Amino acid sequence: MNPELKKSIDELIASNKVVVFMKGNRQFPMCGFSNTVVQILNVMDVPYHTVNILEDDAIRSGMKEYSQWPTFPQVYINGDFFGGCDIMIEAYQSGELKEQLEIALNS
Amino acid sequence: MSITADQVKEKLTSALEATSVEVVDTSGGCGSAFEVYVVSPQFEGKTLIARHRLVNDALKAEMAAIHALSIKKAQTPAQAAAAAAAAPASS
Repeated sequence: MNPELKKSIDELIASNKVVVFMKGNRQFPMCGFSNTVVQILNVMDVPYHTVNILEDDAIRSGMKEYSQWPTFPQVYINGDFFGGCDIMIEAYQSGELKEQLEIALNS
Repeated sequence: MSITADQVKEKLTSALEATSVEVVDTSGGCGSAFEVYVVSPQFEGKTLIARHRLVNDALKAEMAAIHALSIKKAQTPAQAAAAAAAAPASS
């Protein structure tokens, strides 16, 4: 993938504890799966940064390659790819998400 | 070609040595969307994302024909046992 794009993604996920690559934004999610992730993060009451992949085809295709994950939303916590909607739900229910977010926000 | 829930189940059982696999066809019968619940000892010590990647890799050949795959649970036998003990009322 384009090295400049990779560098800007690297910087983005390094400078924000929680980043969500999604369809739409936190006020107006454009897809149910993206909406689910936004709702979970709102409930967790943590600061997070969103990137609207519908506005940028380079990011949209770039992120699939970067994460080696075929779908959106994609959630990064503390610089690591955490997962998509299924994982967020599972981790939220099991308490693992809370744990990971606490680690991330206190690091 | 269309994929059946049984094919998905068989694949996951053999690839992941799964002790329990539940596959729900959510496509309304056209065989292109599934929910899966997997319990496998191979998940031991792996993060959720690593577990989901294992599931995706096991179904690599089928993924081309599957429109949507939702991994609802990817647990180790110990986690599944703990969950079952915590919620004996739900099957």
